[in-house]
Amino acid sequence: MRTTCPYCGVGCGLVAEARDGQAVRIAGDPEHPANRGRLCVKGAALPETLGLEGRLLHPILRTRTHGERRVGWDEALDFVAKGFLHALAEHGPESVAFYVSGQLLTEDYYVANKLMKGYFGAANIDTNSRLCMSSAVAGHVRAFGEDVVPVAYEDLERAELIVLVGSNTAWCHPVLFQRIAAAKRERPELQVVVIDPRRTATVEIADLHLPIRPGTDVMLFNGLLSWLHQHGVADTAFLAAHTTGLEAALAVAEQSAGSLAHVARHCGIGEESLRRFYALFARSEKAITAFSMGVNQSTRGTDKVNAIINCHLLTGRIGKPGAGPFSLTGQPNAMGGREVGGLANQLAAHLRLDDPAHRALVQTFWNSPRIAQRPGLKAVELFEAVHAGRIKVLWVMATNPVVSLPDADRVRAALARCPLVVVSEVVRDTDTARLAHVLLPAAGWGERDGTVTNSERRISRQRPFLPLPGEARPDWWIVSRLAQRMGFDSAFAYSNAYEIFLEHARLSAYRNGHGPGEVFRHFNLGALAALTRDQYDRLEPIRWPCPAVGQGHEPFAAGHYAHADGRARLVAVWPHAPAHATDDDYPLVLNSGRVRDQWHTMTRTGKSPRLAQHTAEPYVEIHPHDALLWGVRAGGLARVSTRWGAAVLRVAVSADIARRQLFVPIHWNGETASDARIGALVNPAVDPISGEPEFKHTPARIEPFFVDWYGFVLARRPLAAFAPRAVADAGLVWWTKVQGEDCLRYEIAGRGAPPDWSGWAQALLGVGLEGEWLEVSDAAEGLYRAAWIEDARPRGSLYLAPRPEDLPPRAFPAALFAQQRLAEHERIALLAGRPTEGPADAGPIVCACFGVGRKTILGAVREGCNSVEALGARLQCGTNCGSCIPELKALLVTQRALHLSSLATEGTP
Amino acid sequence: MSAHRPRLVVVGNGMAGARFLEELLRLAPERYELAVFGAEAAGNYNRILLSPVLSGEKQAADIITHPPAWYARHGIALYADDPVIAIDRSARLVTTLGGRSEHYDHLVLATGSRPFLPPIQGLDLPGVQCFRTLADVGAMIEAARSHRRAVVIGGGLLGLEAAHGLIRRGMDVTLIHLCPVLMERQLDAHAASLLQRSLETRGLRLILPAQTQALLGDTRVRAVRLTDGRELPADLVVIAAGIVPETQLARAAGLACERGVIVDDVLLTSDPAISAIGECAQHRKQCYGLVAPLYQQARVCAARLAGDAGARYAGSVVSTKLKVTGIEVFSAGEFNGGEGCQTIVLRDPRRGIYKKLVLREQRLVGAVLYGDIRDGAWYARLMQSGENLQRMRSRLVFGQRYAEAKAEAA
Repeated sequence: MRTTCPYCGVGCGLVAEARDGQAVRIAGDPEHPANRGRLCVKGAALPETLGLEGRLLHPILRTRTHGERRVGWDEALDFVAKGFLHALAEHGPESVAFYVSGQLLTEDYYVANKLMKGYFGAANIDTNSRLCMSSAVAGHVRAFGEDVVPVAYEDLERAELIVLVGSNTAWCHPVLFQRIAAAKRERPELQVVVIDPRRTATVEIADLHLPIRPGTDVMLFNGLLSWLHQHGVADTAFLAAHTTGLEAALAVAEQSAGSLAHVARHCGIGEESLRRFYALFARSEKAITAFSMGVNQSTRGTDKVNAIINCHLLTGRIGKPGAGPFSLTGQPNAMGGREVGGLANQLAAHLRLDDPAHRALVQTFWNSPRIAQRPGLKAVELFEAVHAGRIKVLWVMATNPVVSLPDADRVRAALARCPLVVVSEVVRDTDTARLAHVLLPAAGWGERDGTVTNSERRISRQRPFLPLPGEARPDWWIVSRLAQRMGFDSAFAYSNAYEIFLEHARLSAYRNGHGPGEVFRHFNLGALAALTRDQYDRLEPIRWPCPAVGQGHEPFAAGHYAHADGRARLVAVWPHAPAHATDDDYPLVLNSGRVRDQWHTMTRTGKSPRLAQHTAEPYVEIHPHDALLWGVRAGGLARVSTRWGAAVLRVAVSADIARRQLFVPIHWNGETASDARIGALVNPAVDPISGEPEFKHTPARIEPFFVDWYGFVLARRPLAAFAPRAVADAGLVWWTKVQGEDCLRYEIAGRGAPPDWSGWAQALLGVGLEGEWLEVSDAAEGLYRAAWIEDARPRGSLYLAPRPEDLPPRAFPAALFAQQRLAEHERIALLAGRPTEGPADAGPIVCACFGVGRKTILGAVREGCNSVEALGARLQCGTNCGSCIPELKALLVTQRALHLSSLATEGTP
Repeated sequence: MSAHRPRLVVVGNGMAGARFLEELLRLAPERYELAVFGAEAAGNYNRILLSPVLSGEKQAADIITHPPAWYARHGIALYADDPVIAIDRSARLVTTLGGRSEHYDHLVLATGSRPFLPPIQGLDLPGVQCFRTLADVGAMIEAARSHRRAVVIGGGLLGLEAAHGLIRRGMDVTLIHLCPVLMERQLDAHAASLLQRSLETRGLRLILPAQTQALLGDTRVRAVRLTDGRELPADLVVIAAGIVPETQLARAAGLACERGVIVDDVLLTSDPAISAIGECAQHRKQCYGLVAPLYQQARVCAARLAGDAGARYAGSVVSTKLKVTGIEVFSAGEFNGGEGCQTIVLRDPRRGIYKKLVLREQRLVGAVLYGDIRDGAWYARLMQSGENLQRMRSRLVFGQRYAEAKAEAA
């Protein structure tokens, strides 16, 4: 079955094979234009993430009167419908909200957006895409009049220069990175510039790396704009025909960044590198500036996007092959969400909330009783409103805001005080699901049916190849059935995703043009509005716009933009410092981001042993000098705190990060670690235009987190002691859970020592009466290890030491959990945590005084020791008590006989 | 030339004496005219292997290391079965029980030790036996053929091996021991209790603590009476209550003696013409009852007499192994720890494995191994070398293969 990957915005095509309702193989789809058969490790590990353990399989209702109980869909939906109706009646349409996700399919998104904006009549539907690329959206809208990404992946292969800004493409968009790397191999003249405060894996292929100070992107690109203009690189014909705003933008650029030296100093880089970059950009007609979270996640994210776009508009390098500003989207369907208008400041189908004509168009098309009149609350404001009690009912779909939003402890507090929280999810336990009153089981990847749109505006099908487990239902079904229960029957009488897609496509083409009563949008799926069911099912990946069959085109190729005057805007942008500056109390800049092999809050990738190998634990990356300065050491634990929250993380010392900066991965959360929910540390300041938070810049400090011992536990099954709230009782001050192949691993640390290690360890591992308990202790050194073996198989083991470096490597003991039966020497190896050549190799001990084994002796005999004395001289055997001398003699005789018989055999013709 | 060779006389033809001769012959085969006097009949045997002979795992012939022909081949005059009874130091003469007198230029005392006999009545009854010589073992084997009940007095190494051997010979064996734990000189309480359980499952009846009051019987021993009044029926009583250095001859000759014959670091006694080695010797306040120090002493003494003026003996770290088939016990050094000591303990109770290492200032000073003694010799070497073990401490208890592997990488 051909489908599309559920992870990043590259949107790779996959071929999935299932047998007996289980995915057995996932391969790259050689036909898909995004990846042409390529696959990254996350995609390859998909089968490991599809198991049903941990899945939410039926609706759950939690009420004060009845506690938590499993209910049927009817009861659950009635309960939710009643909650919404009550709030709408009592408090009005703005008292309810949806917080949705770039993980939703376009069809799911469309239905949720329609219900909120056309039937509830408000716009309080926002999405986790707000945290991801809303600055890019806002920048596009300001520059082009519409959220259009003007580049395709194949442009990367045509470009002469690729500038990667704030993008660790190698880790976050691995297949695109592979395409860039392949292009560079093929055409070594292709230049790659990486602009990133960190020396990331992406820098490996860079010809030039500019490690600018965090937040100085506008300065850098204003400088470029000014420099290009000064050096006569502007495309005056293009500017005159297709743009406005040049003078203002240039004036600000000159004024703020007119001098190379000033820009270099401000950005913290050398003048020579800066000049090289500017000159490279100037001479590269085919230049692509690709950017992602390092640009977007900023209180000046929209300005940064426009600063980049300005340079492309100045040089006319847009809408042409191999050129343009290119927003690399984080999520699989962030673009699809934007297309349906699933953001609080959009309406639907690239139509605007703030324009009465647009509202009328949509309301007419939907034939809806209402239409939202003004923008709703953007993510951070939305949860602030929940906290303030203005939102009475909140429905969270397919996302985990208690982990991912800034100031996440406040988000948790907000949910805890919200009268009704509905969560539709695939996973039973998440930090957010724990606060839900109603849990609705949603269909997961491989089960759902619909479309997604990737970073290059390409719509691809996600197709089901697995049965729906338990009572799980697609999100569009859940929303539609709820809407019907609330009295909006005919507008939500969808029986499948196909019907929804057609409606969505029809809306995109509805009154789309330049005529009277029409509103022009580049976003037009007219060609798809009349697909048959079969055509929909067989739909090949297709880029929009596609107003009619066979009419695909690059939207800006003709220089026509969606602003009323048809011109693109250069936007005058001033460089600004991030919202919160460092100070004496919080002298470091906390940066956050992804690691290569995890996705978002790990609810799925966390299940894969293979993906856990790359980065097993949450960590904080720090420059060696800063590590010395702040007294933290590699491998130890450190507490990173900001004015908003704190985390305890393993210290990774690296010169890839600049001085006075810290980097932390965003993925870990309350289900996977004790103190690594990074959202809690991030400041909640947002971009005034896009509402996107400043994830890349929070003032922070770091200090050693003192513990008396470090350790790790291996367990065949999840341990009850690590359930939230139980951990403090277990006497641990820190832990992280790591998925292994045949066992779970818990990295742990603690203070003080229980009076009885043995009893404590048995309680932690949940040791029952069965099985064997092996242990080793060195009380004075604080070393303790124990193993629980049942029926010759390891059930669990535990290793403690006062210093992390005294613990054994993890891989070897974990691998022993794969064994059906431990060999005798492996029992001790499990405790020791490391292999030996194996005592079996020495054979049974013959000389007990010197511990010399039979095989060792026979080896020496074969190598020429032909007497007891010779053996003694070589191996010492038999030279102490002499008890073994008769055996040594016997071995000599045996070996000689074997030798003779082998000679005899050789002699036989 | 042979007429002018100095005459070297060895008193005692046990393991120390024989090893000394071997070492000397290796270093300086022609230097001395050699003579050996032994109290036991015939050549030399490996006394350590008396236990397996008793248990039937080895035959008497298997343990003979130096038959009379060996002495003849090396030109050594062997006077077996004729113990020396006096030394005339001024005349440099030794006199034997058989009336023979021999001159010496240098004398080596290797008289070993004799069983300690507790002060109780009935020791002279037939059926009461020590466990020291090949003859003793012969008598025990003989008794096992015709009798059923045996009592072994003493729960040390020797007593346990005797009891084990007699069980293997088909006897019902009761072992009584003065201390509440077995092998208290070698084992800590935990290892001793593991040993006790293991021996009991093999059919050994253990009574401890218990003190013998008297051996009862008329023509042959019939029972052992304990101080608490109990009487244990016995057809054979084996006394294995310890050994004492055999110093009678030396004392009579006026050599300085305490528990043993006092020797210095070159193994000379208070008379520079007399050396002493083995169980009879007392070096730096220490008498040894085990084979390894005895061999070391023999080597140093032989080296010095062969002309190596630099050879020195600095004492031994002793380790013990119990030779009871299927029970592996190893002990060495300060296994009970003490002030300034730290212990590392490994337990695998189902497999009957227990290991305890005792360290002081990162140096190994003691070890008890039960159930898996593979690394005993290595630990003994570490104790002897006194090396700092900090870098391998976290792996030490897992044995040599683990500890000497490259440092653990996280």
